[in-house]
Amino acid sequence: MKVAAHRNHPHYWAFVLHRASGLLLALFLPAHFYVLGLAIEGAATLDGFLSWAETPVAKLFETALVILLAAHLTGGVRLLILEFVGSRESSRIAVAVGTGIAVCTGLIFLLNGT
Amino acid sequence: MSNTIKVSVWRGAEEGEFESFEVPRQPSQTVLDVITYIQRNIDTTLSYRFACRVGVCGSCAMTVNGRPRWTCRTHVDKVATDGTLQVAPLRNLQVVKDLACEMTDFFDKLDRAEGKFHPTKTRHDDFDFITPDDKKRKQASAGIECIGCGVCYAACDVVDWNKDYLGPAALNRAWTLVNDERDGGNDVRLAAVAGDAGCHACHSQQGCVEHCPKHLSPTHSIAGLKRETAKAAFKGLLGGSD
Repeated sequence: MKVAAHRNHPHYWAFVLHRASGLLLALFLPAHFYVLGLAIEGAATLDGFLSWAETPVAKLFETALVILLAAHLTGGVRLLILEFVGSRESSRIAVAVGTGIAVCTGLIFLLNGT
Repeated sequence: MSNTIKVSVWRGAEEGEFESFEVPRQPSQTVLDVITYIQRNIDTTLSYRFACRVGVCGSCAMTVNGRPRWTCRTHVDKVATDGTLQVAPLRNLQVVKDLACEMTDFFDKLDRAEGKFHPTKTRHDDFDFITPDDKKRKQASAGIECIGCGVCYAACDVVDWNKDYLGPAALNRAWTLVNDERDGGNDVRLAAVAGDAGCHACHSQQGCVEHCPKHLSPTHSIAGLKRETAKAAFKGLLGGSD
């Protein structure tokens, strides 16, 4: 996929990351509620899922989820900085720092989980 | 450096196609120089718009290799890194012919955003005294150098999605006037920019900031309008909004 030249700049990619992470988190929510609902069915059902959640594949999915959460959070902070601090430089710094924090958060989670 | 440059230029109106030309390279050659060479030496029917040639009038903006730019101050060396140029009319504006766009919508939106001065005094009153370090003066100064070239308007995806959206230039103009101590039209101005097609429609992609040839930051002007319209809404001052 080739992005149009006029869109190929950090602020556009920050916009895409914020929008995509929001949509993916919204899609994840039903799965989250389904797992919580397993507790109503009984402890054994929930424990069965939780033991699957300890597998490496589940950890990778979980790491991706943490990165999405961190990216969406820092994306929101970026917008607040843009709207309330209001300088060209602070916006650029917010993109770089926000992306860095999201990736680092995911890595820390992955390292703690292994 | 090759002695010539390959240029493909949009020909036609909304429907049309790119036509290829080969133009001699010159030192310090601008994209406008290239287009002018084609019009004067190869095909006199090529239509485009320019006036000052020195980055003041804002009439020569075109899409160069996919990005909106002021062509009179865009050096070929900077944009034709592989020795080719593609020049098209600005995005988001109706094409009149070849590289010339109909700018009426763009300028009408300056008017719709109340981008005009509402005087509060007569010639018999004394001057307003506004110091250079006044906060509002600084905010107005940050956006005042707009030359109305339409580059930000062409770079904006929200204009593409919503044809009624006022656009970065009109909202930036409104913000400079919101900060003008001498102006008395803020009630009507904030109501004009607070609607669905106004400042709150901005998605903060900042294509306008990235491409503005004057290095202005319309996104931050729009953020200022968002704050001021929110304050006005809490005070119940947006009753005149459509």
